[in-house]
Amino acid sequence: MKKHSFRPFLAYDDKWRVRFLLALLFLTMLVLLARIVYLTVYERTFLLKQGNARTVRVIDIPAHRGMILDRNHQPLAISTPVYSVWIDPHQFSLQDTQIPALANLLQESIKQIQATINDKSKSDFVYLKRQLSPDIADQIKALHIPGIYFQQNYKRYYPEADAVAPLLGMTNIDDQGQEGLELAYNNLLQGVPGKERVLVDLYGHVVAVQGIVQPARPGHNLILSIDHRIQYLAYSVLSKAVADNKAESGSIVIMDIKTGEILAMVNAPSYNPNTRPKYRNNNYRNLAVTDQFEPGSTMKTFAVANALDNGKYNANTMVDTNPGWMILNGHRVQDEENLGNINVTTILQRSSNMGITKLTLSMPPNSLWNLLHKEGFGQSTHSGFPGEALGSLVKPRKWSDIALATLSFGYGVSATMLQLTQAYAMIGNEGVKHPVSLLKIDKPSASEPVLKKKVAIELINIMQSVTAKGGSGFPARIPGYNVAGKTGTAWIMGAHGYERKHFNALFIGIVPASKPRIVAAIVIKDPQAGHHQGGQVAAPVFSEVMTAVLRDLNIPPDDLTQKGKPDEIKPVVPKPH
Amino acid sequence: MTFLSNQYRPSNILGAKPQHLSERSLWKRFHIDPFLLTALLILTGMGLAILYSASNGNKDLVMQQIIRLGLAYVVMIIVAQISPDKFKLWVPWVFIAGVLLLIAVFVAGDIGKGARRWLDLGFIRFQPSEIMKLAIPIFLAWYLQERSLPPTYRHLMACALIIAIPVGLTAIEPDLGTAIMLACAGACVLFLSGIGWRLIIVLFALAAAATPLLWYKMHDYQRQRVLTFLNPESDPLGAGYHIIQSKIAIGSGGIFGKGWLQGTQSHLNFLPEHATDFIFGVCGEEFGLVGGTILISAFMLIVGRGLYISMQAQDTFTRLVAGGLSMAFFFSMFINIGMVTGILPVVGVPLPLVSYGGTSMVTLMASFGIIMSIHTHRKLLA
Repeated sequence: MKKHSFRPFLAYDDKWRVRFLLALLFLTMLVLLARIVYLTVYERTFLLKQGNARTVRVIDIPAHRGMILDRNHQPLAISTPVYSVWIDPHQFSLQDTQIPALANLLQESIKQIQATINDKSKSDFVYLKRQLSPDIADQIKALHIPGIYFQQNYKRYYPEADAVAPLLGMTNIDDQGQEGLELAYNNLLQGVPGKERVLVDLYGHVVAVQGIVQPARPGHNLILSIDHRIQYLAYSVLSKAVADNKAESGSIVIMDIKTGEILAMVNAPSYNPNTRPKYRNNNYRNLAVTDQFEPGSTMKTFAVANALDNGKYNANTMVDTNPGWMILNGHRVQDEENLGNINVTTILQRSSNMGITKLTLSMPPNSLWNLLHKEGFGQSTHSGFPGEALGSLVKPRKWSDIALATLSFGYGVSATMLQLTQAYAMIGNEGVKHPVSLLKIDKPSASEPVLKKKVAIELINIMQSVTAKGGSGFPARIPGYNVAGKTGTAWIMGAHGYERKHFNALFIGIVPASKPRIVAAIVIKDPQAGHHQGGQVAAPVFSEVMTAVLRDLNIPPDDLTQKGKPDEIKPVVPKPH
Repeated sequence: MTFLSNQYRPSNILGAKPQHLSERSLWKRFHIDPFLLTALLILTGMGLAILYSASNGNKDLVMQQIIRLGLAYVVMIIVAQISPDKFKLWVPWVFIAGVLLLIAVFVAGDIGKGARRWLDLGFIRFQPSEIMKLAIPIFLAWYLQERSLPPTYRHLMACALIIAIPVGLTAIEPDLGTAIMLACAGACVLFLSGIGWRLIIVLFALAAAATPLLWYKMHDYQRQRVLTFLNPESDPLGAGYHIIQSKIAIGSGGIFGKGWLQGTQSHLNFLPEHATDFIFGVCGEEFGLVGGTILISAFMLIVGRGLYISMQAQDTFTRLVAGGLSMAFFFSMFINIGMVTGILPVVGVPLPLVSYGGTSMVTLMASFGIIMSIHTHRKLLA
């Protein structure tokens, strides 16, 4: 009975309860929808930003480094794409079945790979190997090993290798110039990396490129004044000469007299920048610019120029050098033999210390220093080469006789090969000095008269006697051409003063003497194979190099009296790389 | 045994026109409810599209899900053919078997992701707690059908025990999410059985009072989840990661979404568990507010239809079963979406019929089979 009395109420309540649940259902649906509306509408901007912060990255696009070209647009330094392989040790496992294949492609043992990882196992980023060729990188990509990633970079390649290495310098592994012209013109060459927006996944893999924010701007090409044929030629002759003379090193600078452009600047021994030696050594240095030394007899040319410029002397003015020696301020100045009463031409031809000293002492004391200063000694050539040495040209408060005398024959003053080359080019250019240029130019940016044209021409004539029969630079002569030049054999200043058995052998020459086009300066440092004189060691190098250079540059011979048959000229052909 | 007289039933909806019923539509003959079937097809169809995207276009995975779905639909159709009267006879055995399976899990279950939830029978690997989602409401209904309603306190105690045993066994697996769902499903059946409002209030009060005890009994990771839920930004890389990532996925989708297969957070693996528990995040990111609304609406249609069938049921057993099963389905959906949108703590509950997974799909469709059976096996009432 009790049961029955409950039924009507229950039946009503029963439907009511289901409706209550339906209402609850509707309410919860509204709650869920309200929450989704809150997230998708009210918080959307913030959450979208957060989402993009997880997936969108802006990364650098490496910019292509500009090429370095020679004056004929032959490439001297090129950037080629390479790949770096890096790993995240947290995702990478040496147990992966593809590891042997990876080791094989990297040309490393599994142990080496393990060692690389162990060193930095707590890091998230470890370079496994850098500068892999695109081909190898593609093969590694195909292995699909988890935790391996790739980075595209550029690697510098130098087609002329060691012939230009000290001049060009090199870039580091990040494609930044470290030495030489690569460093000097880094800003011009390097370009500006671009930026691109990419999608990355949870593991940092780039899964898609969304767009380029800023395109990479490739670096500019650099066109040098260098002629790669001359450069190579000079390098091969110099290397052989350094080896044959058992010398420490050697440098050659070849310059276009009319423009001041450097056509070649070589040093030996050099190094191969493509197989980057692990440890740096002196071979990295561009000695022609960074090394200063006492030029010795090659400075006598300027003492003669000073005398001629003064008007008191001409080529045939007689000077008495008897008895072949004299004492100045307690120091002895002497010739190797007593040359007696000789004219100015002979003084330079025989490189007479006595004659030069007498010429210089008869001039106003400051005049030689002034001339040398005007020529650029003791100052930068503004070649722009990093680490260029300035040399030294000291001006004492009061000139003593011995100070003037030593200055006149090239001691107590130091210079670089580049400075000497520039000074001789000025003589060849009728007394007008041009700035040196390592870049190709149409015409010199400035000219500065240093010597009177008449004096310069007379000096050239005098200098021709050096390579004539009986001159100290006779081996420098070139069949078919008149060569004006000057030899030098200078003691090397060591830690304890001049070292009696160590010399710099020099020769600086101008060709063709009657219509000067090219000046070349050669130094062989510390030859130890018997000969040490500039005339015997450096002059033959000049002859060999310039014979080929003159032909390569198509410069017509000016001396038809000599019977230079073309057959006698040994062709020097750069070997192909 | 029927205690509800016909006069209290809504007579003008389906049962009022015997001449139509006597014609017996094709649907009725095969015991299929077309309304429920359509809603289920819409939901599972959307689910497959979302899963295809969530799995990064993994055709094999989607094919597995399709096979499971097909199997589940077959199970549903088969179950729908069994009349509630026959079905009623198996109920106690199903429940006892379910409890035994839960004990078996406790003794010899497989461990997956740190919890002992799986039972490997050699040919099939499944979660017995999924069976309990059906077994608890049905067994409660079976137990209460012969009692006077509302149940006396003695019967209520028995019901409490019926609920507590499987819930306890599931909670110690540990699978807190499923345990809560089982408890909710049982509570719904009791609610529908007509327990007094005062008692309901007292029970809620008791539950609130028991919260500190529950907290004390929780595993550290479970406590962490609750703390994280309260302040997800406190540990964005650790415990709060899931919530933050799913909120970002949904929020970044906006009103219309990023488009199918266009979601970055899920495709780039920032959204964790995006094929299983957090699949709603994929829906939100790719289809936006609109897609989320449609998906939730599909769920609501199914649950609403289930409750409607419950209202139409002719006896206590079928009424409680239809209502309890519908509400169990509703709770799994609500707990999952609530978790993914960040209004509920993270508990490992998949989104029913949408998440990638096996057992729940078959048991859920079996429950819809039962609901269909209840609706289509109604006796003609004169």
